[in-house]
Amino acid sequence: MNRSLLISSVLHIFLIMITAISLPFLAKKPVDLPPIVSVELIQITEKTNIPFAPKAKKTIEKIKEKEKKLVSEQAPPKKIKKIKPDSVPMPDDKVKKVEKIKEDKQNPEKIDNEVKQVSEFEKKELFDPNNIAALIDKSKVESAETVNKTDKVTQDQKKNVENKGLSLSEEDALKAQIFGCWSIPLGLPYNEDLLVRIKLELNPDGTVSQSEILDHARMNKPGQGFYKVLAESALRAVKLCQPLRVPTTGYERWKELQLNFDAREMLEG
Amino acid sequence: MIRILFLFLLIISPFKVSALIEVDITRGNLNPLPIAVSPLSIDENSRKNFEKIIKKKNIGLDISAVVENNLKKSGLFNPLNKDAFLQAPDIANLKPRFEDWNLIKAQALITGKVNFVNDKLRVEFRLWDVLAGKEMMALAFTTVPNNWRRVGHIITDKVYERLTGEKGYFDTRIIYVSEEGPKTRRIKKLAIMDQDGANNKFLTLGNELVLTPRFNPTSQMVTYLSYFRNLPRVYLLDIETGTQEVVGDFPGMTFAPRFSPDGKKIIMSFAKDGNSDIFTMDLENRVVEKITNHPSIDTSPSYSPDGKFISFNSDRSGYQQIYVMKSDGSNVKRISFGRGLYGTPVWSPRGDLIAFTKLHKGKFYIGVMRTDGSGERLLTENFYQEAPSWSPNGRVLIFYRETKTNDKGEGFSAKLWSIDLTGYNERLVDTPTDASDPSWSSLLSN
Repeated sequence: MNRSLLISSVLHIFLIMITAISLPFLAKKPVDLPPIVSVELIQITEKTNIPFAPKAKKTIEKIKEKEKKLVSEQAPPKKIKKIKPDSVPMPDDKVKKVEKIKEDKQNPEKIDNEVKQVSEFEKKELFDPNNIAALIDKSKVESAETVNKTDKVTQDQKKNVENKGLSLSEEDALKAQIFGCWSIPLGLPYNEDLLVRIKLELNPDGTVSQSEILDHARMNKPGQGFYKVLAESALRAVKLCQPLRVPTTGYERWKELQLNFDAREMLEG
Repeated sequence: MIRILFLFLLIISPFKVSALIEVDITRGNLNPLPIAVSPLSIDENSRKNFEKIIKKKNIGLDISAVVENNLKKSGLFNPLNKDAFLQAPDIANLKPRFEDWNLIKAQALITGKVNFVNDKLRVEFRLWDVLAGKEMMALAFTTVPNNWRRVGHIITDKVYERLTGEKGYFDTRIIYVSEEGPKTRRIKKLAIMDQDGANNKFLTLGNELVLTPRFNPTSQMVTYLSYFRNLPRVYLLDIETGTQEVVGDFPGMTFAPRFSPDGKKIIMSFAKDGNSDIFTMDLENRVVEKITNHPSIDTSPSYSPDGKFISFNSDRSGYQQIYVMKSDGSNVKRISFGRGLYGTPVWSPRGDLIAFTKLHKGKFYIGVMRTDGSGERLLTENFYQEAPSWSPNGRVLIFYRETKTNDKGEGFSAKLWSIDLTGYNERLVDTPTDASDPSWSSLLSN
């Protein structure tokens, strides 16, 4: 009895083991993972900073204005929330803020918080052809105010802005401009540490108010003739390129810039 | 300890000040630098004196023309047309109106004046940075009036060095073999000229065949090979004194004697017992030392500028290739591995490159490679060209090029050409006759 029980249990164990090994879902095959693709999130500005040709710029502005008008014609009257003058906009409110500014541009009357937006039909009733000039003038003033408002940076915005560098498109525009202005002294050795760092203080229009070579002590050291030549060529490039192709907004962000001139890549050929 | 450091970093991190925006500029343009060379001003009295002595109406204008020509030929500068200049030379020399020079897109400006002082020529010149509005350099030279061309070359060297960072090569001379007559009966003379082709002089009469003149890197001494009664002889010629001496008669085929960097030895190849090897000769005691000992043909030796290595070509691999070895002949390494045959390796005075001639599919190339054989670049291609020689700053190569003859054997010519390391600035060097085997001197003003 015991013997048959033993044989039976051994056979059962054997069967269980065979099943466990041979069943496909129990076999732990290595998971075939696809190769990892690293994704870098890059913040890109809403619009490129490459300036448009004057004619194209005007045309684009006209089209934009037309689009705005169309929107205002179709848009139903909206109730506008009161904006507390002391409120500090949160970073999340950024998108909403832009919308508000746009609305302000289209309908200057809205600056008064208590006035409701009126539809185009209602506007027609209010329309007085004698006041066209006055309206145009006013809209100009108001739009200028709006621009000023957008240029003012709140404390929260300032923090965000300070931590941001130039976006890729902004940096590329600046680089492309300086590449064209920098005549590289071809006699320099490519195997020496020749990196010239220049700190610039810029005016809002991109002109340079002050430039400083960060390692200026090296300029007059004996045996640093190559460095001096490179530094002078870099300064010439900056002066030749003025005004620099800097972003049209966010002056606080780029009013100080550091340019690192490194010719090794070019000299190595 | 690490934890404490980590905590400390964690605490201070919120106080981190916003970083300055940095932009890396790693590219620029290779366009020639626009430069204005204002004629050197000269007063009426000095002008008359110079006209009497050297028959030059306006030596100030002539010196500035030498400078302008040198800068243009370098390929790195673009001298602006004098017609566009708004400021008179005498006023520009005192204080340039930078706005005027900026207007014509000049980035650098050369001004100066010439005086006749105690029967000598005194030249002052200034280099200005137009964009920065400041003086970069001011120098004065005094010399005999006949030396006025050299003054132009020295000014160019100074300007070149100040603006490019490397020494110039304008106050130099080129020695070469002048060739005249039909191809089968060429008369070959040793000739010398300034690097711009001026002041050409013949040093031998053409009675004997002369070959491969080479300058001493430290002086105005030349070594060359000449056949005297059909026997190859190596000569030494002092350009300044005109004295000449025979270094020795060498049996069999002898090739390309060349100085060591200190000028104390000559290295060459000659055939002994039917095999061509490389030898050195000490010029003081005339002791000859065998450097290579291989059954193959080893020729065209050239020292590295520090004298520690020698490059040469050899067919020990079956085809002619370039090899580098230590100066005692040990540690021989092949460095050229491309298709075709490689020859005439010449080490750059900067020490970073070796120039060579390459023959591939029936065409000749002048090229450069790094001293380990990497980074081979072919600068120019032609029907027949060879014998590159470096300018003293290691930026330009001079070589000679022969043209194809027609079926009747006519139309043959040999001319000197120069090319810089970019490969774009290739120029014919003017010589009064056909020319071959050029060698560039070191700077005369050193």
